[in-house]
Amino acid sequence: MYRYIVRRVLISVPLLIGISLITFGVINMAPGGPIGISSDLNPKATAEYRERLKAYYGLDRPIYVRYGQWLGRMAVLDFGDSFSPDGRKVWDKIRERIPVTLSINLLSMATIFLIAVPIGIYSAVRKGSLFDRIATVTVFTGFAVPTFWLALLLMILFGVHLGWLPISGLVSLEHDSLPLAGRVADRAKHLVLPIFLAGFGGLAGISRYMRSNMLEVIRQDYVATARAKGLPERKVVFRHAMRNALLPVITILGLSVPDLLGGSVIFETIFAIPGMGQLFYQGVMSRDYPLIMGILTIGAFLTLLGNILADVGYALADPRINTGRTG
Amino acid sequence: MTERLLDVRSLRVAFETEQGTVRALFGVSFSVAPGETVGLVGESGCGKTVTALSILRLLPSPPSKVEGGEILLRGENLLPLPEKRMCDVRGKAISMIFQEPMSSLNPVLTVGEQVAEVFTAHGVCGKREAAERAVAWLRKVRMPDASLRAREYPHQMSGGMRQRAMIAMALALSPSLVIADEPTTALDVTIQAQIMALLQEMREQERMAVLLITHDLGVVHDFADRTAIMYLGRIVEIAPTRDLFADPIHPYTQGLLASLPGKQPGMKRLPSIPGTVPDLSAVPPGCPFADRCPFRQAAFARFRSGEAPADSLEICDREDPPLFEYAPGHLAACHYQRAARGEAR
Repeated sequence: MYRYIVRRVLISVPLLIGISLITFGVINMAPGGPIGISSDLNPKATAEYRERLKAYYGLDRPIYVRYGQWLGRMAVLDFGDSFSPDGRKVWDKIRERIPVTLSINLLSMATIFLIAVPIGIYSAVRKGSLFDRIATVTVFTGFAVPTFWLALLLMILFGVHLGWLPISGLVSLEHDSLPLAGRVADRAKHLVLPIFLAGFGGLAGISRYMRSNMLEVIRQDYVATARAKGLPERKVVFRHAMRNALLPVITILGLSVPDLLGGSVIFETIFAIPGMGQLFYQGVMSRDYPLIMGILTIGAFLTLLGNILADVGYALADPRINTGRTG
Repeated sequence: MTERLLDVRSLRVAFETEQGTVRALFGVSFSVAPGETVGLVGESGCGKTVTALSILRLLPSPPSKVEGGEILLRGENLLPLPEKRMCDVRGKAISMIFQEPMSSLNPVLTVGEQVAEVFTAHGVCGKREAAERAVAWLRKVRMPDASLRAREYPHQMSGGMRQRAMIAMALALSPSLVIADEPTTALDVTIQAQIMALLQEMREQERMAVLLITHDLGVVHDFADRTAIMYLGRIVEIAPTRDLFADPIHPYTQGLLASLPGKQPGMKRLPSIPGTVPDLSAVPPGCPFADRCPFRQAAFARFRSGEAPADSLEICDREDPPLFEYAPGHLAACHYQRAARGEAR
């Protein structure tokens, strides 16, 4: 097991470099640039001024030289300085925002898991029932509806018409003056919509996936064996069938990390949540190359980490996976 | 047959499919006495496994449906029992050994856990004792290194070892009836012999009845007290095994026995039964075997050539023949034999 993990981590290093190479290229090929954004609409900006700005940011050098420099800095975990007017270190900017994004994503992942898995199981066990049919329709609607649009509708419904939930930010203005319970409730209220929306697509996918796995597993011979032993249906479903049906879901959850991070960009922007996604959106809009690269690298790192964790989890959960143990 | 442990009476089972209703069992009747071994023989798709699963009520419903009949266990009909009572029957009164040892064990639970579960499911004892009893049973079915193997997963074992574990599971609560659905079909020949020997030994030790489902006539010959031959969802002949092999009555049984190797030395080709089994969704009226029956075909040929004035076996195309007792305990369903030798009795 230990060797397996080490091997997986080592393989990830060239993968991470490859990803950074491609993203670096793509970002630099994107139209516009940090210079244009800060000088195009400025009538006083001369060509010479632009050249100076370019040289200041190091953009006058060819792309491969810049990539080499970036990689060299990354080797010592230096993310560089942001191009934005504050000029702060990229790592500092990301560090203060990571907790928000990660906690929302972890919460939504847990929500997905806790809601989608039971829905899938119940749909499979009662296949063709009213519940199954309602779940199927809801799930396909969920697939089809764009999250950002749904987010706006829910904001109007719950935030404006009903007034139950706040529509933006993480905390209310009076947050600091509230007692502890009030602060927790305030924060929870702010998180309901973002977490629901972050998990919405995954909810549909995972419940569907769980349902088909469960239908597949329930037909297996060993489920018949379990029934023939005289086990009650509840035990047959949860002990024998569910464990087998859950295995592939572990992988899917690991693979959903990039989707969640991508989703963060959308819902953090919509709900004005000061997280990494919002920072990324701002970074892209101002062509803040070091910031974009920094966030993408961390995103890639989290994705690979998610994959490794999923594989390790799978290997732990499924005794048939041989990870180099003898036997 | 004074006492009956299991009594299946005119059991009819059908499956609802998108193409319509497919009938699988057309009134199957047989009984098993305590301690007796009854062989249920037939080719693939004749309803052997459906019969077995129906007894334990393990067929998924829908699509399956019991259309009629009774399954009596010591006089009590199992069919109307609530699911909860049925769980008490399964594994404790009647247990089952499945055909595929490769897929019949749960891949994510250890073999020991799976055997121990039989005890805990029926509330026989606590978890720790169940684990100990499981190891004892694995030892009893001669699993090598039983206490080590109990902690292993099915994929770490050979087919023979898995089938031993299945047997341990089926016998753990000393049921009065074990249904063995082709227990050796998926194993290679040497292992087959070992597993059958083990079953034989266990049967004697535990004094349990066995319903042995197989398509291997050799196995029933060596193992079963009585043998039932199934064809297309019916029992066409049932008799004490010795009588069945000595004097097969139904033409299908005769065909099966004739196609065994070693009966006629010097023959290059083994005889086979001509024709194919009719499709279950479109079973013609009359005797299901009529199309392939040498008696029926000969009678029809005689009539066609003018040799005979009338088609003497025309009844075969009209009426499904009922079982008729030709000798004590020897029943067969054949119009021709009924006419040829039945009336003597």
